[in-house]
Amino acid sequence: MISDGTLALDPLVVGVILAMTVVTVLTKVGGFWLLRRIEVSERLEAGLSVLPGAIVIAILGPELAAGGPAEWGAAGIVVLVMWRTENILLALCGGIGAVVLFRALG
Amino acid sequence: MTKLDGSDADRDHSESLETPSEGAVDDPQATAVEREPLTFDREDIRAGLLTCLPVAIGVGGYGIAFGMLARQAGLSVAEATLMSATVIAGAAQIVAMELWTDPLPVAAIVLTTLAINLRYSLMGAALGPWFERLSPRQSYGSLLVMADENWALTMRELKSGSGRGAFLLGSGIAIWCCWVGATIIGATAGGVIGDPARYGIDFVLAAVFIALAVELWDGRSTLVPWLVALVTAIVAATFVPGRWYILLGGLAAAAVEVIRYDQ
Repeated sequence: MISDGTLALDPLVVGVILAMTVVTVLTKVGGFWLLRRIEVSERLEAGLSVLPGAIVIAILGPELAAGGPAEWGAAGIVVLVMWRTENILLALCGGIGAVVLFRALG
Repeated sequence: MTKLDGSDADRDHSESLETPSEGAVDDPQATAVEREPLTFDREDIRAGLLTCLPVAIGVGGYGIAFGMLARQAGLSVAEATLMSATVIAGAAQIVAMELWTDPLPVAAIVLTTLAINLRYSLMGAALGPWFERLSPRQSYGSLLVMADENWALTMRELKSGSGRGAFLLGSGIAIWCCWVGATIIGATAGGVIGDPARYGIDFVLAAVFIALAVELWDGRSTLVPWLVALVTAIVAATFVPGRWYILLGGLAAAAVEVIRYDQ
C-alpha cells in the first residue's frame, strides 16, 4: 500500500468518483436522449436556452455577495479584460492578480 | 474560419442583430431550421480540436486550481486525476472539493454534482437538431466529452452551417487532455503550496464563472432572466440548505423566460 498521497486509491473515494461519473454521464446524455422521444415547444426551448447563463449568475451571486471589496474589484477586472480581449486566460490572470493585490492593500 | 451564412434567414421571433463573433451561443430560434448535410470525420475532429485549443488551455488554468484544491481536500494525485478523467465537469468537481470532508458526505456530493450538472442535459438537448442525424455511437460518444466551453463553441459552429458533426468530439478531446493534464500538474504542486487564499487560487472558480458570464451575455434580452436568477439565488442561498440555490436560480430564470416568450 502506497501511502505518500500520490498514487493511493481509497476504495470509498473511488466509489464516490464513480458515482459522480455516473450522474454526470446521465446529465450529459439524458437531455439529448429525452429530446428524441418528446416534442419540445419553442417556448420551452427559449426557457432552456437562458439556463446556462442563469446558472452561472446563480453561482456567482451568493459567492460575490459573501466576498468583500477585494473580490468585487477583481470581479470588475475580470469583466473588463474579458470584455476587451475575449481571452479567458488573460481574464483569469488579471482577476487573480487583482485579488491578490487588492487583498494585500486591504 | 469561414462561416456559411446562407441557411438562417427565417428567424421570426428574435430582435437580436447578432454579429458572428458574439452571442451566437443561445439563440433558440436558429436551432430548428437548419438541415444542412452533416459530416462526422477526422477533419471535423481536427477543426474542433484546433478551434478549442486556446480555450482548452484556459480550462487548464482551472484544472490546475482543481488539482490543488483536491490535494488540500485530501485526495491523492491518482484520485484527483481519476476524477478529472471520468467526471470531466469542472464546476461540479471544484464544488465537490468544498464538500469533501471526513467522513465523506457521499449523498451530498453526488446530489450536488447532479444539480450542478443538470445543465448538461439542456445543453445536450440543444444539440439535438444536429445530433439526431448522427449514429447513436457518434452522438452519445461525443456527449461524454461535452463541457461548457466546447459546447458553446460547437453550438456556434453548427449554427454557422458548417455541418461539422464531430466538432464536439474534437473540441472535447482538447478539453479532456488539458483538463486531465492540468489536474496532474495542480495536484502535484498542490501538495507543496500552503494557503490557497494567499495566491488567489480560491478566486479561480469565481473568475472562471465571471468570464463565462461575459461570454454568455447576449444583449439586453439576457438582463431579465439574469436578474431573476441573481435575486432567486441570493434569497435561496440564505434559506435553502446546500447548493440547491444554484438550480433554483437557473430554473426561476427559465420559468420567467417561458412566461415572457410571447411578449
